[in-house]
Amino acid sequence: MKFLVSRYNPDSDAAPYMQAFEVEVPRGMMLRDALLDIKRQDESFAFRHSCGEGVCGSDGVNVNGINKLACITPVSELKEPIEVRPFPGRPIIRDLVVDMTQFYQQYKAVKPWLVRNDPMPEQEILQSPQDRDKLDGLYECILCGCCSTSCPSFWWNPEKFHGPQALLTAWRFLADSRDQATDERLDALEGPYKLFRCHTIMNCVEVCPKGLNPTKAIGHIKALMLKNAV
Amino acid sequence: MALNKRRFDALIIGAGGAGLNAAIQLANTDARVAVVSKVFPTRSHTVAAQGGVNAALANVLPDNWHWHMFDTVKGSDYLGDQDAIEFMCREAIPTVYELEHNGVPFSRLDDGKIYQRAFGGQSQNFGGAQAARTCAAADRTGHAILHALYQQNVRARTHFFDEYFAIDLIRDDEGAILGALIMEIETGEPLLIEAKATVLATGGCGQVYRTTSNAHINTGDGTAMALRAGIPLMDMEFFQFHPTGIAGKGMLITEGVRGEGGYLVNKDGERFMERYAPNAKDLASRDVVSRAIVTEVKEGRGCGPQADHVLLKVDHLGEEIVSKRLPGIRESGKIFAGVDAVHEPLPVFPTAHYVMGGIPTDPYGRVIVPQGNGEEVVPGLYAAGECACVSVHGANRLGGNSLLDILVFGRAAGLDVIESLKEHRNHRPLNESSVETAMARLTRWDQKGEGISVRALRDEFRKTMEDHAGVFRTEEIMAEGVEKLKALRDKLPEVRLSDHSKVFNTARVEALELENLVDTGIAIAYSALKRQESRGAHSRPDFPARDDANWMKHSLYFKQDDHMDYKPVRTKPLTVETFPPKERVY
Ligand SMILES: Cc1cc2nc3c(=O)[nH]c(=O)nc-3n(C[C@H](O)[C@H](O)[C@H](O)COP(=O)(O)OP(=O)(O)OC[C@H]3O[C@@H](n4cnc5c(N)ncnc54)[C@H](O)[C@@H]3O)c2cc1C
Ligand code: SF4
Ligand code: SF4
Ligand code: FES
Repeated sequence: MKFLVSRYNPDSDAAPYMQAFEVEVPRGMMLRDALLDIKRQDESFAFRHSCGEGVCGSDGVNVNGINKLACITPVSELKEPIEVRPFPGRPIIRDLVVDMTQFYQQYKAVKPWLVRNDPMPEQEILQSPQDRDKLDGLYECILCGCCSTSCPSFWWNPEKFHGPQALLTAWRFLADSRDQATDERLDALEGPYKLFRCHTIMNCVEVCPKGLNPTKAIGHIKALMLKNAV
Repeated sequence: MALNKRRFDALIIGAGGAGLNAAIQLANTDARVAVVSKVFPTRSHTVAAQGGVNAALANVLPDNWHWHMFDTVKGSDYLGDQDAIEFMCREAIPTVYELEHNGVPFSRLDDGKIYQRAFGGQSQNFGGAQAARTCAAADRTGHAILHALYQQNVRARTHFFDEYFAIDLIRDDEGAILGALIMEIETGEPLLIEAKATVLATGGCGQVYRTTSNAHINTGDGTAMALRAGIPLMDMEFFQFHPTGIAGKGMLITEGVRGEGGYLVNKDGERFMERYAPNAKDLASRDVVSRAIVTEVKEGRGCGPQADHVLLKVDHLGEEIVSKRLPGIRESGKIFAGVDAVHEPLPVFPTAHYVMGGIPTDPYGRVIVPQGNGEEVVPGLYAAGECACVSVHGANRLGGNSLLDILVFGRAAGLDVIESLKEHRNHRPLNESSVETAMARLTRWDQKGEGISVRALRDEFRKTMEDHAGVFRTEEIMAEGVEKLKALRDKLPEVRLSDHSKVFNTARVEALELENLVDTGIAIAYSALKRQESRGAHSRPDFPARDDANWMKHSLYFKQDDHMDYKPVRTKPLTVETFPPKERVY
């Protein structure tokens, strides 16, 4: 099958360009396998990857216009020619490798850790199965960045708008019955940008390879803010 | 251009569970700590651990750490050090509570406590009924733990060097470790980090085999760095093949599937584990189940058109249990095997999974080497996690004990570094010739011209390891393998890169990894050839029995001259009585 992959080496190229490769596609081949085959043909081709099973979040790329994790995307589901580009809106370091610094900064900005003011019990902090269920669909995020880098609001304001990933994480801690920083978390999300730049465009939901729903999480945060404001 | 240098009190190489749990201890002090990882921390392979972490919390069934200790000693086929095992099983309980306090979203029981599931090799009352000791966050426990530990390190403002590749340790003429030479992958620039204490937490080396559950990054870098620094590797012949990898692909199907009631069948639909392990059946120890599967296939009872795998049945558990307790498995089954586990059995075959051996340490994470008739600590060097060997797993690791190992000994190493920093207030003087040697490893890849490709040598090496140092091992197969592997090692100087660019050159990273794979792989194959008995994961048809009289000892492989040495097993626990070796039946 025919692949067009984006190439860019800052040492030698003025701008990114597309290069064609022919890859033999056996049954069950994943996009990552195809990219590895291209690397076999040309070892200078660079992309990130590691686990090969959709849990490390390294190999998010833009395929035929949609952000996907290469290792769990069957080639058979893609239309030829398959065009593989780096995530949109991020500075390109080389080929498919982009600079994700701002994405990580937004993640860190929502204080992504459990806050507990009470002294810790000797054993576990108790949590009912029903309360634990509220974290399902939130904690599984693998920080791949597929969502935030397909969000138009994040493209325009990556330094000010948290983006869907970070907001999903914010809600993951707001929703945790063990967390004791609800007010601080909500206060920190006030203002026109951090949260409220989300215009419910839903790109993020469509692309999440883990089937998570950042838009819904954002909705929950807004609802909780309203409730607390009353 | 002069080499850039930075100084820290402590340097931690690796940001998986072991490295991050060491870092978090240090973050609570005023020590200056650098954590170096070749990938962004949450991409470390701890993220892939599914089933859970063992601790005798007794939340589901009666349990205590002493039973956990017994199971671990027995599981190790009596090669584990009983003092380290006692330490780990006691520490397990506060360690898991600490994880929970750090935010790990464990699954819960109706009374609000942490959910625990049954795993292979677990018993109540020293070999009695099945125990339920594995604390789980659905089947994504490693992910839940790794992310929580990273998050706590972000809170504590740990200094991370993300996407920096550690090339080699720097040491002085007395053998003290002074830090490491690393390279920023994005720019290709080397950086020297001087540290009063260095912790190796680089994880596993499953990539030495062709079919593996391990990630692309698990290339044995830390073990190879230790070898090159003159430090031996311990018990490397003990490599665990997980019984249930997705056939032909290698991705793991957690033992938790069998813990929840899944079982294996052959082409006749027979539940064959009943023959191999009448009591524990599908939850027998991993080495036992792996050999059973390979035997079934060898004897013609495999499934599928090639009769090359067996089936793992889950469909009888019902959709509810599968989606609630094993959602990740259902997802992987669909993606990689095209099978929905709720309706159809999964095709499985053993996959290279875990290295029991590694860099020898004491229970404080300090690296120890033979000296005269005894042992001594390597000044300034620690190791923890899968790259280390304390040894708590001996000849065979129990499921759920590795996450435990990395957390307990990562923490212990961090705490001991704090103590050692009180004594060692100053950096030792830098050793320029050691820096030059490390730099040469990097610049060697600037050589141009025709040569063998990294890819070609790596593919051949991994295939040879699979064929000659796999599940069943005979003298003939292994001796031939060692010769072939050495011949491949001799070809390393002829390997050339065609890409000499600086920025994010992944080809260069893979070249550096190749050297590590080769050193680590040969340690495995060579140690295996020399051990003339069957014990735990090391199974020799030509020496089918365990031989305690001659072989109840740890092996030590040195890179120099491929030299072997041995040392006794520490059979004396800290406070309880020794568990004497017994025949291991399940
Ligand atoms: C699929 C799978 C499932 C598993 N399930 C379980 C389970 O359910 N229960 C259990 O107890 N165990 C399980 N294990 C085993 C367990 O997960 C691993 O042994 C453990 O996570 C290893 O942790 P670590 O911290 O030692 O290394 P890792 O998490 O592998 O981290 C290694 C770190 O070192 C860094 N590094 C390596 N080399 C370099 C270098 N040259 N320069 C810079 N950085 C470097 C990496 O970037 C990474 O940050 C599983 C293993 C696999 C593969
Ligand atoms: S729903 Fe909000 S966060 Fe998601 S893509 Fe749209 S604007 Fe971005
Ligand atoms: S929410 Fe989904 S798409 Fe976004 S970073 Fe997390 S896993 Fe990736
Ligand atoms: S390689 Fe890990 S998510 Fe694809």
